[in-house]
Order: sequence, then structure tokens, then C-alpha cells
Amino acid sequence: MIKILKYILIDILKNRFVIGYTVLLAILSWAFFGFEINPEKAVLSLLSLNLIVVPLVCLVFPTIYLYNATEFTELLATQPIGRRSIFLSQYLGIALSMILAFLIGVGLPVMAYGGGEAGLRLILTGTLLSLVFVSLSFLAVMLTADKAKGIGITLALWFFFALLYDGLVLLIYLIFSDYPLDFATMGFAFLNPIDLARILVLVEMDVSAILGLTGALFKDFFGSTYGLFFALVALLLWFIWPVLAALKIFIRKDL
Amino acid sequence: MGNVLKYLVFFILLPVMVVQAKELTVTDVTALRQAVEEAKDGDIIKVKKGVYLINHLEITSSIELIGEPGAILDGQNKGEIITVKANNVLIKGLTVQNVGSSSTIDWAAIKVLEARNVQIIENIIKQGFFGIYFSASNQCLATGNIIEGSPLNEQNTGNGIHAWKCDSLFITENRVSGHRDGYYFEFVTNSQVEHNNSFANMRYGLHFMFSHQNAYRDNVFEHNGAGVAVMYSRNVEMTRNKFIRNWGGAAYGILLKDITDSHISQNTFDYNTIGVVMEGCNRIGFEKNVFGNNGTAIRIQANCENVICQYNDFLNNSFDIETNGNAVNYAFNSNFWDKYDGYDLDKDGFGDYAFRPVSLFSRLVGRIPEAMMLFRSLTATLLDRIEKVFPTFTPENVKDLTPQMTPNIV
Repeated sequence: MIKILKYILIDILKNRFVIGYTVLLAILSWAFFGFEINPEKAVLSLLSLNLIVVPLVCLVFPTIYLYNATEFTELLATQPIGRRSIFLSQYLGIALSMILAFLIGVGLPVMAYGGGEAGLRLILTGTLLSLVFVSLSFLAVMLTADKAKGIGITLALWFFFALLYDGLVLLIYLIFSDYPLDFATMGFAFLNPIDLARILVLVEMDVSAILGLTGALFKDFFGSTYGLFFALVALLLWFIWPVLAALKIFIRKDL
Repeated sequence: MGNVLKYLVFFILLPVMVVQAKELTVTDVTALRQAVEEAKDGDIIKVKKGVYLINHLEITSSIELIGEPGAILDGQNKGEIITVKANNVLIKGLTVQNVGSSSTIDWAAIKVLEARNVQIIENIIKQGFFGIYFSASNQCLATGNIIEGSPLNEQNTGNGIHAWKCDSLFITENRVSGHRDGYYFEFVTNSQVEHNNSFANMRYGLHFMFSHQNAYRDNVFEHNGAGVAVMYSRNVEMTRNKFIRNWGGAAYGILLKDITDSHISQNTFDYNTIGVVMEGCNRIGFEKNVFGNNGTAIRIQANCENVICQYNDFLNNSFDIETNGNAVNYAFNSNFWDKYDGYDLDKDGFGDYAFRPVSLFSRLVGRIPEAMMLFRSLTATLLDRIEKVFPTFTPENVKDLTPQMTPNIV
């Protein structure tokens, strides 16, 4: 398994797309920190990047890579290697390279310019978001053998989590605006990894004070170690269940 | 002829008056108490360096009570220290400390009751329950005093400078910290409050109600629990004040409630959760203020009328203007908005199309506070963009037709 993992990791790290992704993140991060005198403002700008670009790339790249590697996967399956280890080495290879790209592109500049507690949370949530969306893309690939369909599903997933979900939440707010929704809001946050990541970073910043009552609730909860723990567990669950589901499908799949 | 006679009488009597005005120096409590009790109008009592354990020192004649450096009147937390009940009294250079707190009586380090022309100059007040307390007094002056407290909570402390039912006060160059309200005025009219400093107070830096025709100039209100709150007053002038770092869930730079016919100009609002909140205000002019780094620069409730906002600078605020109605009557002219992305083809210094300072997302949050959960999300940003291109939800007439291309002041 280690051998396959090493092979896949090197193959991906040499990939022009991944290098391009790393460089893009790095340029944007250094630029944000260069333009903004206040590091907190830069972290705020990076947050948007973190919430839009990272999920998109982590969904689309693994999908394309896996479809292109179908024949290689089939070849591996003919060898005396367990399917579990084939799957896990592919997953780890892709996930690790995505995380590495993120840590080099965003993590390094944040540490270099001193992003503070919010910066640390940005790195942590970015890493977890990478894992979550790589997992989701694996699940999408396992669900269909058709490449176009697979990419379609991943894009729909991105669209849903980045945009549609918040729109739905807004709709619920409008419909149920006569009811107290403070605690429901907490629930809404847990159901979308992107929202969860955003809130985890925002509550560590000064801007949290303008969030009003909701913000105070969030700060009380997500600002504490206890709340942070819960949120991290939620994010862990968000990447573990798609992986397990995908693994289950892969083991039984007729390649 | 009558005038000459008056002057004659005056000059004959003058030496007599001067002779009568004694100057006394006291070194212990008994002497101080006796001197104050027996003093005639015009006497000067000097308090030597030392600690005087004293409560309820009542001044009933027009004297000057002057402390030498290091003269400390200590109330041992047992109650009020100096009470002035006479006109034309001057208290200068004393350190007055440890008044102690009471939940039934407003004990103060220096209290002035129904007097005229009382001057309180350059004193230091430490752990006063109330610091300086004017009650039904006119033409009084408090200047250069330093008033400090370190209370545990809002209930254990009074106000730094408190005035009730007064007229023509001059409150200048004082520094108040660690009290409930830094400066508190109720039924105070025709007064000037200038060059004061108010910071780290539990509740408001400045708080006034039913106080008309007052001017507040060049004061600094910084880092107070809930900022500044002013209510039910007319003809208020606020000029060149600074409202800084009033940051927290329920803090604002200044809350204006039922204020009418007032002018707020050349002030600085920096790093406040909300710079200005207006409720039920009529005929208010905002001119040449700078709003920087606030969560929301100005929140105007729809029950305000005739608010004119011109030549202000809005820089780096998360939201510039928030309002909760559509039929509103505010005018924005020639302000500088850092969020304005228009152009100026005819080079007249004004942008060629109007700027709408109310964003759709801020409207949404106004209606549904929970929607703040979506703050800085892609959805919220997109909604704002779309609204900017086709304004449908944000109030049609809240717009600046002549947005400045460059800042007015900064």
C-alpha cells in the first residue's frame, strides 16, 4: 500500500494542475498580505478564497484524476492487492497532495505574516475542507462510471454547498421569521461544512461583534474550546462518511 | 451723582472687606472642620499636605478651599465628603477619595446643592461613588479634574460628573474613567462641555436626557461599555468629538434617541460596532464627520425625519448605512464612500451616478437578525451585487446623487 501511495503521490505532485493550484493560492495569499497592512483584513479576504476556491478544486481535480486513472485502477485490481488498500492509497495520495498544496499556498503566508488565532483557524478549517471535498468527489466518482456525469455531480455539489444551501437557509429564515431561530441557526451551520468553516474563523475576529445576537451566540459556542471541538468533530464526520460510503461501493464494484 | 456715590461707598468699604477675608492654613481634620464651619464669605482656607479622614464637610459660606499638593481628603468609604451649599465657592487642588457606595443615597466626592458660581478646579477624585455632583445649580465650572474609579460592576458606582436640573455649566478638560456613566446630564441647559476625556466607563461615556441648548466640543469618548447615549433633547451641538473603540454586542459610538434640531459635525467615529444609531430624530445635520472601521457607520430607524448627511467620509465600514423602512426622508449629499465604484467623466469631483449606501444584505439582517449567519458568504455577496445592478428591495430614495470621488476630510 505504501508503494502505491508513494507512486500516486509523486504522480500527482508532478501534475501541472496541482502545481498551478499551489502557485495560485500562494500568489493570492502573498498579495492579500502585501496589500493589507492589517493582517486580520488579509485573513478575512483569504477566508473567501478558502470557502470558494478550495472546495471547487478539491471536488473537480480528484474527479478528473480518478476517471483518467480508471485503467490504472483496473490494472492494480488484477494484482494480488486488496481493494481496500488500492482505494485508501488513492484517497490518501490525492488528499495529502491537496492538503500540501493548501498548506504551502495559504498556510505558509499566514504563518509568516502572523494571522493570529483566526489565521490558525483558517489553516485548520482549510485543511479539513480539503479533506471533506476530496471525500465527496470520491463518492461522486464511485456513484457513476460516466466521466461527464461524475464531473456534473461534483459541480452540482459545489454549487449546492457554496451557494444554494445558504439561499435555502435564507428562504427558511424568511418563511419562519416569526419564530425564534437562534438555535436552528446553529443546526444550519453544522449541516454545511463551508458555513461551519466560515463561522469558525469569523468568531475569532473583531468583526464578530457586528453579528449581533446571533454572533454572540456563535461566539459563545464556537469561540470556546468545547464548541471548537464539536465543530471539528462535525467536520471530521463530514469527510469520514463519504469516504466510508465510497469505499463500500468500491469494494463491491464490478470494475 | 448717584453712580459716584456708589463708587465712593465701594472704595471705602473695599479695605474693610479685604481685611475681613482671612486666609487660613489648616493641618489637621479638626482645624479643617472648624475653619470651614466658622468661615465668613470670602475666606480662603488652605489645606496642607497630609491625609484628612473626613466625611460630610459642609460648605455654607462663599469660601475658597485650596489644597496644597498632597492634601488628601479620605472618606474611608463611609459617605459623602464635601457638600457645597453656598454660592461663589471655589475648590481647587484637592485629592478626594474613598467615598464608599450606597444604594439609597447618591454620595459624591464633591456635591453642589442649589448654588451659583461654584468652581471646582484641578482636583483628583479616586473611588468616588459619584465624582462631582451638581444639583439644581447654575453658572458652575468644573475644569481640569481627574476622576477615577475601579468598580466591580455597574451597580457599585455612580457617575463621574453628574448634573441634574442645572443651567449654564462649564465642564472642561476633565478626565473620567471607571464610573457608571462618565458624564451624566439631566435637565441641564445652556451648557458647554469641552475638551473632556471619558474612557473605560461601565456604561456610557456621555449620557444626557432632557438637556437642551448644550454644546459638546473636542471631547474624546473611548472604549466605554456602551458608548455614548443621548436622549430627548433639542438644539444639541456636537463638534470635533472623537468616538472611538466602543466595540461589543450592545455598544455604539453614539445613540441618538428623540433628538431634534441638532448639528453633529467634524466628529470622528472609529472602530465602533455601530457608529451612530438614530431613533425618532428630527432635523439632524451630519456634516464633515469621518466614519472609519465601524461595523455599521450609521443606523437610521425609519421613524427619523429630515436627516441631512453631507460632506462626510465613509471608510472601511462593513456596512455604511442601515435603515428599516422604505418611505424615508433622509438626504445624502456629497459624501465620500469608499465602496463607490463609479467614475467621473466630466471631472467635476463628483461621481457620475448615484451611490446607494444601503446594501440588500444589511436590509435582510435588519429584518431577520439570524441572517447574519450568512455574513461574508458567497450568497450574501452575490445578493448585494445583483441588488446593486437592479435595486428593488433597498429604499429607492436613500442615495447620494453627488458622491465625492476623493475624501472630504482625510
